[in-house]
Amino acid sequence: MKNKQFRLTSRSLFWLKGLMHCIGLLPIIYLVLLVFNDKAGGDPVQYIIHYTGVGALNALIATLLISPIARKFKQGMLLQTRRLVGLYVFAYASLHILAFFSLDLLFAWGLFFEEVLKRPYILVGAAAYLLLAALAFTSFKAVMRKMGRRWQKLHNAIYLIALLIPIHFYWSVKSEIIEPILYFIMVGLLLGIRLKASRWWKQLSVKSKFKGREINPES
Amino acid sequence: MNIIKKAAWDKFKDCDVTPEEVYHDRRRILKQMGFVGAGALLSSQANAGVFDLFSSEEEKAAFARVALPHAKQTEYDHLLYGELTPENKVISHNNFYEFGTSKTDPVENAQELKVNPWQLVIEGEVDTPLTLDYDDILKMFPLEERIYNFRCVEAWSMVIPWVGFSLANLLKKAGVKSNATHVAFETLYDPEQMPGQKNRYSGGGINYPYVEGLTLAEAMTDLTFMSVGLYGKTLPPQNGAPIRLVVPWKYGFKSIKSIVRIRVTDNKPKSSWNLLAASEYGFYANVNPEVDHPRWSQASERRIAEGGLFSAKRIPTLPFNGYGDLVSGLYEGLDLKRNF
Repeated sequence: MKNKQFRLTSRSLFWLKGLMHCIGLLPIIYLVLLVFNDKAGGDPVQYIIHYTGVGALNALIATLLISPIARKFKQGMLLQTRRLVGLYVFAYASLHILAFFSLDLLFAWGLFFEEVLKRPYILVGAAAYLLLAALAFTSFKAVMRKMGRRWQKLHNAIYLIALLIPIHFYWSVKSEIIEPILYFIMVGLLLGIRLKASRWWKQLSVKSKFKGREINPES
Repeated sequence: MNIIKKAAWDKFKDCDVTPEEVYHDRRRILKQMGFVGAGALLSSQANAGVFDLFSSEEEKAAFARVALPHAKQTEYDHLLYGELTPENKVISHNNFYEFGTSKTDPVENAQELKVNPWQLVIEGEVDTPLTLDYDDILKMFPLEERIYNFRCVEAWSMVIPWVGFSLANLLKKAGVKSNATHVAFETLYDPEQMPGQKNRYSGGGINYPYVEGLTLAEAMTDLTFMSVGLYGKTLPPQNGAPIRLVVPWKYGFKSIKSIVRIRVTDNKPKSSWNLLAASEYGFYANVNPEVDHPRWSQASERRIAEGGLFSAKRIPTLPFNGYGDLVSGLYEGLDLKRNF
């Protein structure tokens, strides 16, 4: 194939990042348009909370897609976009919580903390958000260098987050479960890819009866 | 061929996240955005007209509502707390899963609902079963306007001027037999018109038709209202045209919409949300600040009133939604924490 040697250059990476910012910001502009056109309902509060929450989940799926794609197409440079997309997860999650706190609870601090502690589904979401915040604040290069090996350990928390957020979503809905289930499936697939490639899985399969099984050498 | 392009961002085309109208008109929108600037975010609906992109089509398709002659009944007005919720909010923020599960689905999907001809049957343990058509529904009884607090189980609330008549009048007309104990209600079942009924998942898992029930004593209380209109006009479909129940001291899901059948029974009828999640929604569903929903507090509510996003207020929820003096007697001896 002609393009076999194609490699992402830093110049194309720059444009790719620009495009990713556009994709990240467009839904927010769209939401603002909807709300001020009365297209998000007479009382758009729930709509905004749901929209930003799903936005965070979409960005999370996008983050998890990057490394499988980079591996598949052998574009190591693509991994440099993970921070950008990951920070969008944090940004959308922040908007989600801000909308809940400001528009729904109307800045009632007491009620906010009471609800977080009292409602398991909010607690799960809050745990995911605290982890996300930890990842966001340690996403700077300097911090990364300082943390050394511990950085990767901490940032593996993204997999835990990827499980917590769909649980939070599923648990929060009144009865419409299709959307959360679709996200469970997507997260399941993306984590499954990694599990298959992980060392833990290799050890497990070596120990198991299926010793002759071919193991994916990549990872 | 650009492999990366295909793999990384083909999933997110601009047109996937942007509706076509907006996409094609993006330059103008962006210009307007710049022109209006951050001010638009702070002022409520003052600038809504600036973005007039979507409005024209919608107005054409809107359901035609007719003015209803009515007398004002103010007997219960002293129990109101708060100003009227503006009409545009009352008719664009609705739970009516027959038309979709999001708050904006009913106003979008219900405008074509055929309400004339309509048939409302009153049957069961009655002396004279009745079959009312559309005109009967609107003209059988003198209509009155009553302003009621309306409290959704989701912890938002409104104050709404309904037009209609007391359910008791209708039941008296049919003549309730002495062995009757309850009244059951049923919403129209018509998947052709109600997309949420096509399968259980598009309608939020409810097994349609939607059903509700009251005890006979609850049904005979004057406060229990059959609404055929709001804000002086016939109901729009998203609010339950042509006729719906309004039980103001209970959570909104008890106030069943677009009713085709009222059956007086000698046993406790089923109710849809109770069937779906009995641990979250009881048969009585009386507004009670002391019994939380498992997933949120019922101690306070967000009042949907005049003004923009940040002008809403969170107010304490009152037992029986403020109507305790009139209805608490119906539940004497009943543990309302267990019978929620």
